[in-house]
Amino acid sequence: MTDWLGPAEWSAVALSLQVSFWATLVSLPLGIFVAYALARWSFPGKQVLNGLVHLPLILPPVVTGYLLLLTLGTRGPIGSVLADWGIVFAFRWTGAAVAAAVMAFPLMVRAIRLSIEAVDPKLEQASATLGASPVWVFLTVTLPMALPGIVAGAILAFAKAMGEFGATITFVSNIPGETRTIPSAIYAFLQVPGGEASAMKLVIVSVVVAMGALLLSELIGRRVTARVGGR
Amino acid sequence: MLEVSVRHRFEGFALDAAFKAPPGVTVLFGRSGSGKTTIINTVAGLLMPDSGRIASGDWCLLDTESGIRLKPHRRRLGYIFQEGRLFPHLTVRQNLAYGAWFAPKDAPRASTAGVVDLLGIGHLLDRRPGALSGGEKQRVAIGRALLSAPRLILADEPLAALDEARKAEILPYFERLRDEVSVPILYVSHSPSEVARLATTVVALDAGRVVAQGPAAEVLGNPGILPAGAREAGAVLTARVARHHADGLTELDAGGLPLFLPKVPQPEGGRLRVRIAAHDVILSRARPEGLSALNILPGVVHEVRPGEGPGAIVALDTCAGRVLARITRRSANVLGLVPGAEVHAIVKTVSVAPLDVGGGGRTKR
Repeated sequence: MTDWLGPAEWSAVALSLQVSFWATLVSLPLGIFVAYALARWSFPGKQVLNGLVHLPLILPPVVTGYLLLLTLGTRGPIGSVLADWGIVFAFRWTGAAVAAAVMAFPLMVRAIRLSIEAVDPKLEQASATLGASPVWVFLTVTLPMALPGIVAGAILAFAKAMGEFGATITFVSNIPGETRTIPSAIYAFLQVPGGEASAMKLVIVSVVVAMGALLLSELIGRRVTARVGGR
Repeated sequence: MLEVSVRHRFEGFALDAAFKAPPGVTVLFGRSGSGKTTIINTVAGLLMPDSGRIASGDWCLLDTESGIRLKPHRRRLGYIFQEGRLFPHLTVRQNLAYGAWFAPKDAPRASTAGVVDLLGIGHLLDRRPGALSGGEKQRVAIGRALLSAPRLILADEPLAALDEARKAEILPYFERLRDEVSVPILYVSHSPSEVARLATTVVALDAGRVVAQGPAAEVLGNPGILPAGAREAGAVLTARVARHHADGLTELDAGGLPLFLPKVPQPEGGRLRVRIAAHDVILSRARPEGLSALNILPGVVHEVRPGEGPGAIVALDTCAGRVLARITRRSANVLGLVPGAEVHAIVKTVSVAPLDVGGGGRTKR
């Protein structure tokens, strides 16, 4: 694989996998929490939260990226505070992960929320009458029952993160080896004469990774559904 | 003794009920919409009533006056739901262990082996609920509730979703629960045969209010209280199995009177409860001769209660106990049935439904 892919292409592939992995992993707990809150709780500002979560889906990605730069950039209100603690996102791969996570978040929350809403509250009641506190009800009933949706949401988010371009390039630019993920690399190769071959290799990698993710989610989904379905 | 007193107001429905549940099975009996499930859910803590008190001795679940409102998971109850509500992602074994895991470590608990044996679910332990029949699911649900070391068992129409054959399969397990497990049971039902077979105490409900409470034989034998309507009226007799006859009949001894039923599974000498449906009873002033019906119970009319239609319910006292008969008002007039009149109650052997005959358990205490 490293022979077929040149160092520049390989670096983009490895970086994309790294960015997507961390984007998915770190946003998953928050995604489950937000999905649960939207599915089960009623609280003031619920519609505002719902809107905020879905905003990146509707806004032009460039706008999302620019907003991230404004807030998380080294001079932004949050970015400057984090910079004092030594945490910098702008123009770093971690920033690419943040951009990918934000862009993938609506898809993740949607899938998880639907699966949590599908968990019968009567089972949660039964769990409570058997002595389970709300946290235990969530851990032993809601979470395992919603697992198919959580897996689907995570894989969907991973695939979305692999393909993120607009917000990433706006927020963290296109720095080889730091923020040049597969889409950015394809874009860069297409800007120079003779880059088509490299671009095509990355296109093939993209297709393979996307198909792999779909198959994996299908496989895991089927196994988990069979388990949760009680057979 | 559990004492319940709750008031709650929904749109178009007001619940205001107070009753006591002595040890044994207390059945909340009434039509759908009479507030049975609402009451049991306030006991479980799944519904917080506007006001009320639910306590047993110094064990207080709810007291709105002093601000005590225990969360459901702190109430230590075993709730058997109508639909079982087993956890589909867990095996039967894990379902059974679920409640026990949350119970306090020093709580008196039933042994898993004993409960599995009592309910006959040993061969199901490694299956998941999706692979169980309705009756099996309900047995596992009973086991799960028992093993959570409950101080009170709640059952909300646990047989309503089952067909007749499955009901006949599960009812004996509840009878064993009543007779062999010392935990009190609060049981919701609108089925006269379940009430007749299981109840130690009956709390009759109508439109959110308690219309009668007391021992099963007393409440079911009172023609003034027909929580399920006159059509479903029927009294409960307790009897002892005297003999199994070769022709497929079982002879009971009901207060000295012989009572013939289609063969019952209980051994000779065993105690039985029999529900005699009021519409299956024929009354005759003279002792009938040359009649195909085998059971003739002489008695004295206690009360005649005319219904809204052409019917009337006649309550008569026999040596076997209180019997209700549903006849027309015209017949009551023609026969001159007034309190004190001597009369014979005729019950066809084959009219006694198998579901109406159950083992053990006294109807009076």
